[in-house]
Amino acid sequence: MRAPLSWLREYVDLPAGETGRDVQAKLIAAGLEVERVESLGAGLKGPLVVGQVLTIEELEGFRKPIRFCTVDVGTANGTGEPQEIVCGARNFSVGDKVVVVLPGAVLPGDFAIAARKTYGKTSHGMICSGEELGMGDDGTHGIIVLPQEYEPGTDAIELLQLVDEVLDIAVTPDRGYCLSMRGIAREAATAYGLPLRDPALLDVPAPNSFGHPVRIADPAGCDRFTARTVTGLDPEARSPIWLQRRLQKAGMRPISLTVDITNYVMLELGQPLHAYDRSRLDGPIGVRRAERGEKLTTLDGTKRVLDAEDLVITDNRGPIGLAGVMGGAETEIADHAAGQGTTEVVIEAAHFDPTAIARAVRRHKLPSEAAKRFERGTDPQAASAAAQRTVDLLVLLAGGTAEAGVTEFAAPSGPRTIAVRADHPDRVAGVEYGRETVVRRLQEVGCDVYGQDELIVTVPSWRPDLTDPNDLAEEVIRLEGYENLPATLPAPPAGRGLTHRQRLHRRAGRALAGAGYVEVLNYPFLGDWALDHLGLEAGDARRTTVRLVNPLSEAEPALRTTLLPGLFAALRRNDSRGEHDLALFETGLVFLPTGEEITPVRLPVDRRPTDEEIAGLNAALPVQPRRAAVVLAGARELAGYWGKGRPAGWADAVEAGRTVAREAGAELIVRQDQRAPFHPGRCAAFYAVADGAEVFAGSAGELHPRVIKAFGLPERTCAMEIDLDVLEQAGTGAVSAPHVSSFPVATQDVALVVDASVAAADVEAALRSGAGELLESLRLFDVFTGEQLGAGKKSLAYALRFRAADRTLTAEEASAARDAAVAAAVERTGAVLRGA
Amino acid sequence: MSAPNKSYDPVEVEALKPEEIERMRDEALAAVAAAADLDALREVKAAHAGDRSPLALANREIGALPPHAKAEAGKRMGMARGAVNKAFAARQAELEAERDARVLVEEAVDVTLPYDRTPAGARHPITTLCERIEDVFVAMGYEVAEGPEVETEWFNFDALNIAQDHPARAMQDTLFVQAPGKKAKEAESGVVLRTHTSPVQVRTMLDREPPVYVICPGRVYRMDELDATHTPVFTQVELLAIDEGLTMADLKGTIEHMVRSLFGEGLTTRLRPNYFPFTEPSAELDMQCYVCRGESAGNPDRPCRTCSSEGWIELGGCGMVNPRVLTAAGIDPEKYSGFAFGFGIERLLMFRHNVEDMRDMVEGDVRFTRPFGMEI
Repeated sequence: MRAPLSWLREYVDLPAGETGRDVQAKLIAAGLEVERVESLGAGLKGPLVVGQVLTIEELEGFRKPIRFCTVDVGTANGTGEPQEIVCGARNFSVGDKVVVVLPGAVLPGDFAIAARKTYGKTSHGMICSGEELGMGDDGTHGIIVLPQEYEPGTDAIELLQLVDEVLDIAVTPDRGYCLSMRGIAREAATAYGLPLRDPALLDVPAPNSFGHPVRIADPAGCDRFTARTVTGLDPEARSPIWLQRRLQKAGMRPISLTVDITNYVMLELGQPLHAYDRSRLDGPIGVRRAERGEKLTTLDGTKRVLDAEDLVITDNRGPIGLAGVMGGAETEIADHAAGQGTTEVVIEAAHFDPTAIARAVRRHKLPSEAAKRFERGTDPQAASAAAQRTVDLLVLLAGGTAEAGVTEFAAPSGPRTIAVRADHPDRVAGVEYGRETVVRRLQEVGCDVYGQDELIVTVPSWRPDLTDPNDLAEEVIRLEGYENLPATLPAPPAGRGLTHRQRLHRRAGRALAGAGYVEVLNYPFLGDWALDHLGLEAGDARRTTVRLVNPLSEAEPALRTTLLPGLFAALRRNDSRGEHDLALFETGLVFLPTGEEITPVRLPVDRRPTDEEIAGLNAALPVQPRRAAVVLAGARELAGYWGKGRPAGWADAVEAGRTVAREAGAELIVRQDQRAPFHPGRCAAFYAVADGAEVFAGSAGELHPRVIKAFGLPERTCAMEIDLDVLEQAGTGAVSAPHVSSFPVATQDVALVVDASVAAADVEAALRSGAGELLESLRLFDVFTGEQLGAGKKSLAYALRFRAADRTLTAEEASAARDAAVAAAVERTGAVLRGA
Repeated sequence: MSAPNKSYDPVEVEALKPEEIERMRDEALAAVAAAADLDALREVKAAHAGDRSPLALANREIGALPPHAKAEAGKRMGMARGAVNKAFAARQAELEAERDARVLVEEAVDVTLPYDRTPAGARHPITTLCERIEDVFVAMGYEVAEGPEVETEWFNFDALNIAQDHPARAMQDTLFVQAPGKKAKEAESGVVLRTHTSPVQVRTMLDREPPVYVICPGRVYRMDELDATHTPVFTQVELLAIDEGLTMADLKGTIEHMVRSLFGEGLTTRLRPNYFPFTEPSAELDMQCYVCRGESAGNPDRPCRTCSSEGWIELGGCGMVNPRVLTAAGIDPEKYSGFAFGFGIERLLMFRHNVEDMRDMVEGDVRFTRPFGMEI
């Protein structure tokens, strides 16, 4: 809502020196979001006067037609002689009154006017358009042609009200009444403690039975309807300058007198109005719900198929308007320029159900100024005053005659009251306002207040948003000033700190960043193409996705079931920007449909849902576990003066999984696997034991060359993905401290030859189990393949460290333990001790 | 070696004459002094102090002296050998120090060489800023609550007093989930991508008995174009406190505490009336600009980029939990009241760390994230 300060002053006697910024500050404090103050005519300096065109000479031979004019500007030019002016516009004739800016003047935008040679003539000033004067677009792009009644030489700055300030207010949904000058003036009056001249306080004749007939079939959708008729309108009458200027400043374009008046009254009182050409109405005006499939062509020229829920205005022919949203083309007011202008109108001022209007707007994607107000709730008590105001202006400005008939339908309704404790605002704010202040503030809002400790508050008709005690508390607190609230700190009970899951999330991130990975936060949207690129089989569970009705991009209509595609995209983006040695990680949710989602029933909100009802809601949701994933490419270690570099490889990816598992305190079981999107020979599966059962926890390895190609990744890109929630479940809990022996260590190295297909993890497990309690640690320090071993064989070299808690081991004891370890490996993995 | 001789004239033992001892001593001292390095000194030592050195040989003659002469010759000899040994030790130490100094100089390195063998990792500043805020509140006794990102409309809207026809539920704001198994796109599933973390508040209220003091960080989704100042996927932190007798003053004090913890002492906050369905009264929350401390407002000589010379920075929305929300979450609004506030972390990061383009937070460029390190 754009509120010109000059207009506001019509209803409130604001202090003379008060600027737009001052008023802005006051209104912001009262809760109106005044986004900015626009200064109209800032820097404008005269002489800017009314002129009358005396002669026009068409200048030939230029790229566009140019006129050389003489203009009577009275004595504004100091001489009284006609002013010679060159003009490029053509929408005026000899004798027209125009707006002339004279040398020495400055137009908005620091545009200084001086006499200057142009098109072979000297132009002593300019004939102005609305745009040049900062009046906004009037749709003509021509110069302003004024009504004849103004004398040449009259100051046009004053006449056109060019200097003003406009408050631009973003009205919140609860403050529908502030979509009017009346509502903003009420707030300003309260903020300044000044009286309000309420423009809705008009004398309205009592309803009678000889107005235009109206039939309301749906009083729930339309609980008030006033119809008034004005005849004898002069189709040639145009909106006066003051009316046009107010509309322009409020951001509306002047159209025709009747339409301008209905718009003006809407801006003034907040009541949308509609004017029907009576000659084009066929019988009584009706309000009902549409019949499914009925059609209506709205004023914007669109033919619309109506829904059974749509509220429509009808006459004998059927729908003639979408109630509260937009009128129909058939009963449109005819423009005077068309030659057969409207001379008789029926004015509609109604109150519609906000929900019905809101739904119609969305259904037909048809927002309008009227609907914006009806959706937020208009003042039903102001409808008849608005109709009266419209009638008055049509009589005054269009020479019309008001017919005596006044049709008014009003569904029976009582005033709305709220019971509230007098100290409720105090308890909400934490401030002692006292009963007297509370009552006074509520009265300023427009409430009637009765009672002592328990107040019975009748809310004003223009405040449908006031329904609960807290609504009244807000009114009191905002008028007393949010800025005056004290600051106190409540004392919460002792908290338990972060949960295991939350700590694991943090630790996983820290550990990966510590290992050189950079965190990225990708959007979780996924396209089917990405699942194809991953090489997933048709039945792969990751292909079952949560899908969006209205995705941001049609290319990614689903939610991720794996973090990897997002990481691949981030890796590729970095690579294309010239970073080639990359290690990225992400932690975040994936969305896994259960296949058993139900559509939740709509639960009430006036009570707590039962546990079964809550379970029913949750059953509508996919499983949403948190994962961690990495992707690496290029060098993991760079080459330098210290030696050679090392490319990132599958082992780094697997190690990233181990790193995360360590943070979870979970023992990670690593197995050879073949699973998309990984290289079938370089893919590890992770398992963890949770609640006594082995659970799949994730994968790691080098990506399949086809996947690398499909995603456009660097060669040998590696990746890992692991489920943090599984790891949290698998955490072994508190570590029991080991006994640290101070006896000497006995080290034994063994090299075992096994088939290439035997997993090192199995060999290690066998060695550990065979070595017994004396084994302190075991480390694989070499893997070797070669001709001397024979094809399909590999040698694994382990360093075994033995130590006893209570004594120095003898060489025999250490050897015996080693032999037992080797024996277990031989038995379980077919290993052969090398060199034996 | 001469045989012991009782009537022997000491003068006849040439090597033990005082002048002779002095001469041998002086020769030895001169040689020690002349030794240029440790190898030379080792040779000098063999020649002048070794078993076959003149002083050692002379020493053996002492036994041949008559008893009365032995003492004096022994004393003279001891002094001479002592002086030589002392000179050796001194020279040895001197030469070793020289050698060590030379070797250490040779082993010197350029310690300014870089060591970027493994490029550093980093955490995303959105993550660490969230944690920073969590820590402020956890220190006060709050707990961190989390919830699903795919959420039912009841939790995301209905329970929060956002009625069926509220504009926020319209297609242009909310990403709706398709009903499973149904091809028709419009099939109502009652499930959305949460548009705020407020459903976590509702879940928390349903889960716990008051008092409730929680902070709910997380990702939220709204229909929006990604540009320099918007992203359709962003991070919100919301706070919820439910207790007996909580007031707007408590809300204001809590927010001020957070602002000071994150931006420094002495900053004030400002509440402006606003409207949200889930709070009543509701307010927009501003903090004093931490850069200009409000001094740029109305002061053209001191423009401030951080707050656009407004003096205030908009943080987010807040208010007293609407009693209707408490009712839907099973909390007695007659007994308990509560406050809530929420704000976007991306915007906070933008003005706290001078991020000029929100796309930098989304694209995952390592050059953006690395400088933020592990904590913020």
